[in-house]
Amino acid sequence: MSTATPPSTAPSPAAGSAKVSPKGTAPASSPAKRPGLIRTAWGHGRTKIGVVLAGLVVLIALVGPLVSPFSPTEFIGTPNSTDVDGSLFGTDQFGRDVFTRFLHGGYTLISIAVTSALAGVLLGAVLGIVAGYLRGKTDEVIMRANDMMLAFPQLVLALLVMSIIGPKVWLIMVLIAVSHASRVARVAREATRKVVEQDFVKAAEAIGVPRARIMAAEILPNITSPLLVELGLRITYSVGLIATLSFLGMGLQPPTADWGLMINENRVAITVQPWAVALPVAAVAILTIGANLITDGLSRASIGIDRGVEK
Amino acid sequence: MTRLILHRLFYGLLTLFVVSLVVFLATQALPGDAAQAMLGREATPERLAALREQLHLNEPLAVQYGSWIAGIFTFDLGTSYAANMPVVEHLAPRVTASLSLMAIAALVATPIALLLGAYSAMRRDRAMDHGTSMVTLILAAIPEFAVGILLILAFATGALQLFPAVYAGRADNVLNDPSQLVLPVATLVIAVSPPIIRMMRASMIEVLESEYVQQARLKGLPERTVILRHAGPNAIGPVAQVIALQLGWLAGGVVAIEYLFRFPGIGLALMDAIDTRDIPVIQAVALLIAVVYIVVNLLADVVGLAANPKVRVSSR
Repeated sequence: MSTATPPSTAPSPAAGSAKVSPKGTAPASSPAKRPGLIRTAWGHGRTKIGVVLAGLVVLIALVGPLVSPFSPTEFIGTPNSTDVDGSLFGTDQFGRDVFTRFLHGGYTLISIAVTSALAGVLLGAVLGIVAGYLRGKTDEVIMRANDMMLAFPQLVLALLVMSIIGPKVWLIMVLIAVSHASRVARVAREATRKVVEQDFVKAAEAIGVPRARIMAAEILPNITSPLLVELGLRITYSVGLIATLSFLGMGLQPPTADWGLMINENRVAITVQPWAVALPVAAVAILTIGANLITDGLSRASIGIDRGVEK
Repeated sequence: MTRLILHRLFYGLLTLFVVSLVVFLATQALPGDAAQAMLGREATPERLAALREQLHLNEPLAVQYGSWIAGIFTFDLGTSYAANMPVVEHLAPRVTASLSLMAIAALVATPIALLLGAYSAMRRDRAMDHGTSMVTLILAAIPEFAVGILLILAFATGALQLFPAVYAGRADNVLNDPSQLVLPVATLVIAVSPPIIRMMRASMIEVLESEYVQQARLKGLPERTVILRHAGPNAIGPVAQVIALQLGWLAGGVVAIEYLFRFPGIGLALMDAIDTRDIPVIQAVALLIAVVYIVVNLLADVVGLAANPKVRVSSR
């Protein structure tokens, strides 16, 4: 664990998936300096590959809407045709430009995924730290409630709730954040338990630092590495989950241009117009692969143990 | 150890209860009346009233929950409104179909994953090991429906039209035409294997560095015997838990894959039920998946405890 890395200097992988800077860490103040987490992670070749892959897709999602040749809901030719004048990849099931919709389809997916992952990690970290530090009854209650949350596969929980309320973007974000939180809380609690044993926490307690301050100023900065790894992992999962929900028709609704939804809408015509499916699938796949490679690099740097996506 | 296992079992039961409560509350008590949701635009005051009566929506929540739970124990889960038959009858062939799919996937994935993991460990830090590690990282990251579509693009369309892209057939005879099962099974195998491979590799590496393996080698046993008799069986223990967890994941993971391939299992039944707002079916499938998931996780815990010598010996 890099005990010298205050949370503020760790750039959030939200921006990090696009441009994790190797200069982002390692405060100069600490004398016994170990290379920062991000710098160590950057040393792994796969992190660089991950940054390039995820960065490419994020770039398409961010810049795409600005440079698209048509409007995403504009009809430009006969449906499901790969041969339309002025169109790179042809038209979709309604005669809209596939390339335009592809360029527009990532922004919402990525922003929802990153937001819900951030919210989940934040909530999970708070729960985990409180449970790990206060112990006793609080710990018991939080972790038991957690176990109940973990009893549902994330996708099934989301489908269950949305089957009645209906697919809403805020609901997707809440459900994914909450189900992430219970998984993050476990990790945060384990990490907290290790930190709590150390002398500087005991010293802070001895001089009467308030407990809330100990948790925020002593414990949190010392568990940023596992939390950062967790954030990478949760972003990977979020992208997958949200794309899956959209693919199942329970995410963003038509006529939004969205990668998951595009795959759902156009898979019937996959033989005539493969691009309308292949482009978004490739984007989702490359994005998740990139995010997972970054996560793997971070986790190797943080604990030296593999911790990629497990299903 | 028995006490520890009993403890887990108790929490397992408690979890089952809470999960049933969540399934029930999510579908019957959330804002947004279930009857209204089911009838949608066809709702007239009379039909709403009739359906509320039928679903017992007018009774207190506790009574509704009680009769629903009682129904589960007598295999009476209500009537499917879309299929117009008892839910149990509607779901039974689909459960069998899904289980067949999952069983085939598990039978294919487990040995392949164990062998790959063990082989990587024996070839540690060579090209083959790095290759496997990279491929598992990549495959684990891609959402399973995307893996399925990539397989469809590669093997069901374009130049290679080896297998059908979607399943055509009924739920009660899914094993009749194996070529239709190839792509869904392959997708599931790719989805569940990576963590098993990684765990097996880690476990095998640990075992290969152990003293008893060294001893066996020093004794002059052929490497084959060392691996097959000494290292292999000991390495599998810790992996069993991961395998169990992956099988639990399958229960929820089949939803997107069945939907993609139009495979007539519980996952597709769930998606169809959501489409037609067939609440009794939604409840039954969600509960079923959660129960399988919980039970498998419980088994994984027990297996994990049993495989851990510290726990086994300390005999709490």
